[in-house]
Amino acid sequence: MSVAANGGNVEAFHVKVPTDRIMIGSPDRQPPLPIGMQWPEDQLLQDVRIELFKIRNARDTVVGVASRTAATEESNEIIDWVVHLPARGSIFVNMTPAPEESGIRIGELRAGSREFAPMSGSMTERWVPDTSGDEDAPQGHIELLTNFVGELDAL
Amino acid sequence: MKYIITLVLGALIGAAIFIVGMIYSPFVADRGLSPLSVSDSEVLTLNFSIVPADAITFTNDGESRSKPFPEKVLQLWEAPIRLTSALTTVMYDARNQTAGIGVKFSSQSEQTRLLRGDALVDSVWYVYLPGRGSLFMEQSENYWSFLRDVGLPAHRSSANSWKGTWLGDMTAGPGALGTARVTGGAGLLQGITMEGLESLSAQAYSADDGPIAADGRLLIELPAANAMSEDEISVAE
Repeated sequence: MSVAANGGNVEAFHVKVPTDRIMIGSPDRQPPLPIGMQWPEDQLLQDVRIELFKIRNARDTVVGVASRTAATEESNEIIDWVVHLPARGSIFVNMTPAPEESGIRIGELRAGSREFAPMSGSMTERWVPDTSGDEDAPQGHIELLTNFVGELDAL
Repeated sequence: MKYIITLVLGALIGAAIFIVGMIYSPFVADRGLSPLSVSDSEVLTLNFSIVPADAITFTNDGESRSKPFPEKVLQLWEAPIRLTSALTTVMYDARNQTAGIGVKFSSQSEQTRLLRGDALVDSVWYVYLPGRGSLFMEQSENYWSFLRDVGLPAHRSSANSWKGTWLGDMTAGPGALGTARVTGGAGLLQGITMEGLESLSAQAYSADDGPIAADGRLLIELPAANAMSEDEISVAE
C-alpha cells in the first residue's frame, strides 16, 4: 500500500491465471471450470460471464476472493468487480466497458463495506502476460490497483 | 479421591448449566418482524437454494459441514480465507422464473459473541439481473437463532438430522433497523441506494452435511421514485 501524490491510498492486488481461478461461468466454456459445473441453460443467462478468483496482495499472499462479471445488454456492456477481503470488508466496482489504449480499464467504487464503507475512488484492471518463459509459469496475471480516499472528518 | 470426583462433577454440572443458560438465555431475544415485511414500497424478491448441490458452484475450506460443489472446485484453504465461503447460484423471482444470477461471499465475523446470541457472518451479495442491471448488498448476518433452533436439535438427534419448518431473517445490519445496505451498480438500478433483507427457510438439515432442504430469499426495497413497472421487474405480492 502506498499514498498517491494527490491523496488517497493505492493498494495493489493481483490474480494469477490460471492458478487462482475458481470458476469461469459461461455458456461457451468447454470443458467447464470447475470440472462438473453446469452453467444454467436459461436463455436469460447466455450473455453473462462470471469468474471467481482468489485475490493476492503485493506480497503474493492470498488475502481474499473476488468475482468479475461481464454481461452484454443490448448495446451496453457491463463489467463489475466485487473484491471480498475477510476482516477488512468488500468493494464493488463498476468498470468502464472500453479499456484505454494502454489496455487498462478503469472503474468507479460504487459501494464498500466495513473499512471501505466511507471511501470513494477508483480501481483499474490490467492483463499482464507472463514473459518469464519459465515452463511452470502462469499465463499471466490480472493486476488490480485501487486508489481510495476516505471522507474528511469534521473538525 | 472424593475431592477430584467432586471437582469433576462440579465442572460438568457447571458446564451443563452454562450451555443451557446460553441456549435459553432470557437476555437473547428473538428479533421481531422485519421492517421490509410491512413496507409500503415495492419490494423485489429473489429466491435461491442454499443447498450446495443446487448451486452452480459452492466452495469453502473443504473441511466445513457444507461440502464444496462440484467436488473438484478450488477450495479456499489459505489462512486468510479459511473462514470464507463463495456461492454462485441462480436467482428466481417471486413467480419462480429465472431472474438472474447471484454471487455471495461470506466470512465468519470476529465480532461473534455467543454469550450475547451473536453468531455473526459478514457477507456480500452481487446480483446481476439481465435487462435490469446489477446490485451489491452488504450485510451482517446473525445465525444464532438458526443454530439454536435447527443446528443444535440436529446434533442432539440420534439420526444426526433435523426436519421441520424454520423461517427466519438472517440480516442483522448494518442498517439501523437490522437491514442490509444495497447499492445499484449498472442498468436500471444504477446509482440507487436501497435496503435489503436476507431470510432463510429450512425444512431439513443434517449435522454432518449441512442444509438438505433449505431456501434463501432476498427482499430488496425499491425507493418509490425508482420503483419499476411489472414488465421491468417482478415484485413481491
